[in-house]
Amino acid sequence: MSMFTIFGVSGSAISAQAQRLNTVASNLANADAVAGPDGQAYKARQVLFQTVPMGNNPASVGVKVNDIVESDVPNRRVFNPQHPSADAEGYVTHSNVNPVEEMVSMISASRSYQNNVEVMNTAKSLLLKTLQMGQ
Amino acid sequence: MIEQLTQRMEFFSNVLQLRAHRQQVIASNIANADTPGYTARDFDFKSAIQDAVRNPAELRAGGASVLAGGDARHMRTVSSVSGVAERTRVGYTVQTQPSLDGNSVDMDQQRANFMDNAIQYESTLRFINGHVRTMLSAIQGQ
Repeated sequence: MSMFTIFGVSGSAISAQAQRLNTVASNLANADAVAGPDGQAYKARQVLFQTVPMGNNPASVGVKVNDIVESDVPNRRVFNPQHPSADAEGYVTHSNVNPVEEMVSMISASRSYQNNVEVMNTAKSLLLKTLQMGQ
Repeated sequence: MIEQLTQRMEFFSNVLQLRAHRQQVIASNIANADTPGYTARDFDFKSAIQDAVRNPAELRAGGASVLAGGDARHMRTVSSVSGVAERTRVGYTVQTQPSLDGNSVDMDQQRANFMDNAIQYESTLRFINGHVRTMLSAIQGQ
């Protein structure tokens, strides 16, 4: 029964979206982190999704996290000479996380996650009804 | 005579296979709603089922990949389960709202298609169940 592939497809999407949610959580947690002694502040991470074929049907494709890249947006620098982490010029380097972007990404990931759960539930109920065929 | 008992079932089985296939295609679209560059897919159900009805013999041969019956007396294999689905030509859907990342999945449309297809699948199942019940009562003659 070809409908069993739906669980693989939606499962892969759920796992990819969960990884995206994880990245968002890391970014938001580190939104206010400042640079340590090495001068390297936290860089926002982003997942890259990629289509991956599943089963022998060319039309059924799942999704996977191909790579996690760091954002190359310049870090936020705030003038605060009193801060213990301030550099020689008196600037404190913050992370380059944009909380608004992260919140949008989180909502998008959560909606996609829910959609895929619904797809799996529907496929499950259809398959269960198929099992009862002819009774 | 005995064929008449199952003749209509064959049509419904084709419908069911195509519905399952479409369900899978739409599930792939929903799964890839956030993948950059992904193009949403779908197929024309009407022409697919018309094709299945018009060429049932070809269907029976099962693509002739398992047992290539070179001789007319050779036994043909019964079509593989995904026979109808394999022959459908899956195309790309028309993009409704272009996005920057090249993804053409319209989530509202896909969700509507998915629910529609699920209900159609279920109603086909009910038709089959009703047909089985009718035939059983005909056999039992009660």
